[in-house]
Amino acid sequence: MGKKIELEELRHGTELLKRGFAKMQKGGVIMDVTNAEQARIAEDAGAVAVMALEKVPADIRASGGVARMADPKKITEIMDAVSIPVMAKCRIGHFVEAQALEALGVDMIDESEVLTPADPFYHIDKRKFKVPFVCGCRNLGEAVRRIWEGAAMIRTKGEAGTGNVIEAVRHMRMVTGSIKHLAEMDDEELYILSEEYTQSYAKSAEAILGREIDSNTPVYGDYLYDDIKEEIFGILKEIRKLQRLPVVNFAAGGIATPADAALMMQLGSDGVFVGSGIFKSSDPEKRAKAIVEAVTHFDEPEVIAEVSKDLGEAMPGLDIKSLEVKLQERGW
Amino acid sequence: MVKIGVIAIQGDVSEHVQSISRAMDILGIEGSVITVKKVKDVENLNGVLIPGGESTTITRIMNKSGLTEKIRKMYAEESIAIMGTCAGCVILAKEVEGGEVRGLELMNMKVMRNAFGRQKESFETFVDVKGLEEPYPAVFIRAPIIEKVWDDCEVVAKLGDKIVGARQDTLLALSFHPELTGDHRIYKLFFDML
Repeated sequence: MGKKIELEELRHGTELLKRGFAKMQKGGVIMDVTNAEQARIAEDAGAVAVMALEKVPADIRASGGVARMADPKKITEIMDAVSIPVMAKCRIGHFVEAQALEALGVDMIDESEVLTPADPFYHIDKRKFKVPFVCGCRNLGEAVRRIWEGAAMIRTKGEAGTGNVIEAVRHMRMVTGSIKHLAEMDDEELYILSEEYTQSYAKSAEAILGREIDSNTPVYGDYLYDDIKEEIFGILKEIRKLQRLPVVNFAAGGIATPADAALMMQLGSDGVFVGSGIFKSSDPEKRAKAIVEAVTHFDEPEVIAEVSKDLGEAMPGLDIKSLEVKLQERGW
Repeated sequence: MVKIGVIAIQGDVSEHVQSISRAMDILGIEGSVITVKKVKDVENLNGVLIPGGESTTITRIMNKSGLTEKIRKMYAEESIAIMGTCAGCVILAKEVEGGEVRGLELMNMKVMRNAFGRQKESFETFVDVKGLEEPYPAVFIRAPIIEKVWDDCEVVAKLGDKIVGARQDTLLALSFHPELTGDHRIYKLFFDML
């Protein structure tokens, strides 16, 4: 003992630290907040982290236009207000917004479909960052591509700002169902699947180059098509063995009640994001606490029944069929 | 047969469950490990483990469910072993700085939450731990620091001049995450307290 800390002995921004940070969120609720006051309410209610935003998704949906990274001043105010981790969103592919958020010191970046995408071809190369990323997915293919790009955490997309849980359920069932199916696949079938999952990079490269690509064409930064396919094959083998994603997987997009949150947990989520569901309801404080308890005690119906009592009005929901814009279709 | 319970309110619970089972196999200890959410789950436990996670979240629900009171009572009456990592270290401390946390308040130490800073200041390194021959691979994630210890609370791990591990009677607090590296040696220190 008594050895001096040598600065070069401290390794920052490693994969273990990024994925480890996400693991500390498990079994918790991450709440969207738009100011310091809401952040404090979330922390007091037992949120494991807050997502700092200018507007909650329901308001982004209502106002239309281009949705961008939040004002850094607002994010800093929220960071100063609470002791729990603060996350913030950048647009899909907007690596400069991500650089700015990293410089600001947010604890995790959400490369999010809730904001307007900035790049028609590529998601951010998240391995270039020391800060961990969370990304949305609708199915196993999207999840695997985001993990390959360096996401330390996945969340199923659902349909943000609707207060309607059906899309969150759809995406969670698609991911967990596909993972179960992997168990029945041999290496050859898995290899064919990795080829299928790599196609989206090939398509982007073809659209940019205006010609067909071959196995040695760089299709994502300097990464060659074949190399990506091999690495995705490796990720799929790991998922087949673990029978779950190798990173933490939360549910998001439409969770509005304690029962919604517990439903997602019973379907296999490691935790939940609640966006508009809390601060668009009539009694945010009470609802926030109830959702936190529902996530811990997700398999105890008597607790769900108890915490669901007298919560006031939930956020007004939207039918998915009535939507002009489906946020979940952003990203690929 | 030893029976260990991992507090499963929030945090990296499954990592601890797996690490404990693995350590039991390696060390040839006969026993079982369960997850604890309610007061009735802690009956007949020899040891309790408090994982990493958010200390504010974990204490809020531990206090509300009566787990805090029950575990304090079991420690007072039966001297059960309790180990806390990161958030668990905060929860074991009598004094906490940097946020409202009132946990088990059993150990004579003052802990500063998020003492190294935010996630970008999180790091991996090796630390010397009393009782272990070789340095231990330690993962610090938005980690706390033990600012001071008093009376029978003893320092067991240091990083430079910063205290990152302490022991008092059958209580062990670490500001890092042995459950993330899978190195079983820390769990041996815990089993030795049972």
